[in-house]
Amino acid sequence: MRDTVEIDTVEQAAASPKLPQPYAELGLAQDEYERIRTILGRRPTGCELAMYAVMWSEHCSYKSSKIHLRQFADKAPQSDALLVGIGENAGVVDIGQGWAVTFKIESHNHPSFVEPYQGAATGVGGIVRDILSMGARPVAVLDPLRFGPLDAPDTGRVLPGVVAGIGGYGNCLGLPTIGGEVGFDPSYAGNPLVNALCLGVLRRDAIKLAKASGPGNQVILYGAKTGRDGIGGVSVLASATFDSAGFGAGDGDGEGNGAGGRDLGGPAAKKPSVQVGDPFTEKTLIECSLELFERNLVAGIQDLGGAGLACATSELASAGTGGMRVWLDRVHLREPSMTPHEVLTSESQERMCAIVTPAEVPEFLAICEKWDVDAAIIGEVTGVSPAEAEAGGRLVISWHGEVVVDVPPRTVAHEGPVYARPFARPADQDAVVADAPSPGRLARPVSADELRSTLFRLAGSANLCAKTWVTAQYDRYVQGNTVLAQPADAGVIRVDESTGLGVAVSTDGNGRYTRLDPYAGAQLALAEAFRNVAATGARPLAVTNCLNFGSPEDPGVMWQFAEAVRGLADGCRALGIPVTGGNVSFYNQTGDVAILPTPIVGVLGVIDDVARRTRTGFGGVGDVVLLLGTTRDELGGSEWAYAVHGHLGGLPPAVDLAAERVLADLLAAGSREGLLSAAHDLSDGGLAQALVESCLAGSVGAHIALPGDLDPFVWLFAESAARAVVAVPAAAEQRFTKMCQARDFPVARLGVVGGDALDVQGQFSISLAELRSVHEATMPAQFG
Amino acid sequence: MTRIGVVTFPGSLDDRDAARAVRLAGGVPVPLWHRDTDLAGIEAIILPGGFSYGDYLRTGAIARFSPVMETVISAAGRGVPVLGICNGFQILCESHLLPGALTRNNHLHFICRDQRLRIESARTAWTTGYRPGAEIVIPVKNGEGRYVADPDTLARLDGDGLVVARYLEGNPNGSVADIAGITNPAGNVVGLMPHPEHAVDALTGPGTDGLGFFTSVLRGLVRA
Repeated sequence: MRDTVEIDTVEQAAASPKLPQPYAELGLAQDEYERIRTILGRRPTGCELAMYAVMWSEHCSYKSSKIHLRQFADKAPQSDALLVGIGENAGVVDIGQGWAVTFKIESHNHPSFVEPYQGAATGVGGIVRDILSMGARPVAVLDPLRFGPLDAPDTGRVLPGVVAGIGGYGNCLGLPTIGGEVGFDPSYAGNPLVNALCLGVLRRDAIKLAKASGPGNQVILYGAKTGRDGIGGVSVLASATFDSAGFGAGDGDGEGNGAGGRDLGGPAAKKPSVQVGDPFTEKTLIECSLELFERNLVAGIQDLGGAGLACATSELASAGTGGMRVWLDRVHLREPSMTPHEVLTSESQERMCAIVTPAEVPEFLAICEKWDVDAAIIGEVTGVSPAEAEAGGRLVISWHGEVVVDVPPRTVAHEGPVYARPFARPADQDAVVADAPSPGRLARPVSADELRSTLFRLAGSANLCAKTWVTAQYDRYVQGNTVLAQPADAGVIRVDESTGLGVAVSTDGNGRYTRLDPYAGAQLALAEAFRNVAATGARPLAVTNCLNFGSPEDPGVMWQFAEAVRGLADGCRALGIPVTGGNVSFYNQTGDVAILPTPIVGVLGVIDDVARRTRTGFGGVGDVVLLLGTTRDELGGSEWAYAVHGHLGGLPPAVDLAAERVLADLLAAGSREGLLSAAHDLSDGGLAQALVESCLAGSVGAHIALPGDLDPFVWLFAESAARAVVAVPAAAEQRFTKMCQARDFPVARLGVVGGDALDVQGQFSISLAELRSVHEATMPAQFG
Repeated sequence: MTRIGVVTFPGSLDDRDAARAVRLAGGVPVPLWHRDTDLAGIEAIILPGGFSYGDYLRTGAIARFSPVMETVISAAGRGVPVLGICNGFQILCESHLLPGALTRNNHLHFICRDQRLRIESARTAWTTGYRPGAEIVIPVKNGEGRYVADPDTLARLDGDGLVVARYLEGNPNGSVADIAGITNPAGNVVGLMPHPEHAVDALTGPGTDGLGFFTSVLRGLVRA
């Protein structure tokens, strides 16, 4: 078969310097192509060109974001908890008692638009392998999702497919889904967001790293066989935009700098670039890998995701000794007619690449056989001369005896292009900010009836309604350690059954706030996740983020990105929790129109005893309801302005990170001392929505009296940050209130838990049954 | 101490949960691998939930032919208590240890929720600890949990008191006659779609209503 295919060898490349090469079609700019020629001192072979193209794609190289992302390290607060930071597959955090956790969030937006089920499924699969490759057992998943309008016809295609894909894959892996979000906005109609966060647990001395060290060590590819799926996924899909028709032909050039003319067809034509998931294979791969780790048979390990073997071999070599020899024809193939460049860039799922000492190879292979996991020795680590080391190491890949790749792996994996893209505050930014939702601009509800119907409207709105239709399709119980799951403020997982040590995780993000002020918007996302984790009683420790933005070639988008990163880095420093890793997703736009800038922030916290976790729902009848924090007339970017008036303007709520820290401290102390029977953060929809959720989650009503110093509408619907509503047993009220006063933190008594209605004195009373039917009917009415 | 085997097929997911439930009930869980054929010292067997071998064919259709199942089938014939939960129930039906079949949920979605059940038979090896008619809440989570059987089988299940549990307050998957679990005439083999192993600790489940399945079998074995 191979005789019929012309293989472009290094020898041929040296002999035919003038051969035209399709670098632009592969997404490389001309100057990038020239740089490859300079590095190699000749034209690249077809395989080398494919390898550089995928590894230098925006998705893999972070070439547009790198200069900004450095702030996460530069501004990182001192943290004893951080065991592995940015740059590895995922960050690792010490949570005490010898335990560590690793967590990371990634996007799979474009594949999920093209093929919702497989796109979302393989998004889960990819992040799970990242966590696994740190040496950890994956223990939970959270899925932040954004779609076009709830009633848009294409949402009916995308949302059910994405949800089924996440469930189909995650459920089959035995991973509980414990949180995430589902949000809607027209800007996501042609470009939904499918982010997935995975959490893993390991002993702190069992961390694995992605490096190939020790000449003579063997390179073993194990897991699924390699096929033709997902070729060019990172460069064709993840680093390009969709056209405005969504399903039309042609698409914007992904990588800019004059490399135009990339007409690869619409989403339908890109289907072959979407990978296909096999969760059963991933499940056995996980169990097999964990057994390999436990027996200490792995010297280095890397999962195969975007850019497949091209990425795994170059990254492992670059991070290790620097030398690697790979016999590509030893890779087990699903389709024997595959060419070497297809083998190198295939994104077939459920594969891992391990570095194993020769003595341990037999035991390694025996364990793979026990799990019926396919394994092939495809290469070995080689030594490098000082000159080679200086040049970036040496990765030599051959195909049936002919050398098709001979490159310094560091130039592929770690020394890709870096761009300082121009950025500028968008021309319309001032006008958007000036259009504040003042009473004169947007009519506010005044009468009791108007307030009541506003509450109903929000509680049943697409963004605030119950998401049970979605979350009921996810297994939350498997593994038996789920202490809290959606719709709780944060998911809580027990790590150690004997001591009760556990972790809490929440993801949050608000594209509207970020559109109005990207610096503040990113901080508000961080603050909300921080607050959600604290509401369960956990102490926030670390941050991961998935930065979803439009095209970095648009200076306005780049400004949003730069501001959001700056805000997030400053915010993490102010809150004292470091960023441990994350992901950037650019080119989220339809035609020229970018999505709302959507940084999703995940915060991880530790709780010493999960039995002390605080619930979201109100519990004991007679418990006192307190509002913590300061409420202001802050409605810019609010759910009220959006859902009732379709308005987006003004400024988002003020950020007060010092107040967030005090609030988190209060919530943790309240949990530790057993004073809180419930706690719920205030965010979208304000106090009204928080009360609705706390009552429904606890299946009990509340009698509320709004303090008189503000307009009832502002009390109910303003979205001021650094606030939470808590319930405390009457006997503990004084003690908790004193704790607040001692910290100079505002606390207001709102009322008591009880009855079967949400009763707001002097305004309205709504039965729980009525609230529930409004809150829970929206999604089923749309999707059945 | 009573040893209860928990079988792990490739793709089993709730095996560790089932083992934890056995431990919390006071027994000793013994992991069994799908290739194991020796059940020496094992006094009862649990086939846990999951997607054995991926369940890309009919659920349980491949697991039914695994080496361990031949042993399980013969042990069941000798009266050894066997509990199949979710995928385990599907495997028991494929193995013809129990009649009928589990098919795709009528609404076509996977569903995970806390489910109220009524214990219809307290005479099986796994339910003696419950009062007949007792109502319990344990999680249900499945994509193919809709029990179906031909009219004669249904009449026999009803007439002989072989229905172990029925769904209350809403059938989650369209099961015929709200059937959530059944037993064989000897009462040692029970198949159950909901997951009692996820309701053995109030911290991580809706309550502890599921513990009774495991304490029931342990008590019976100690007496025997």
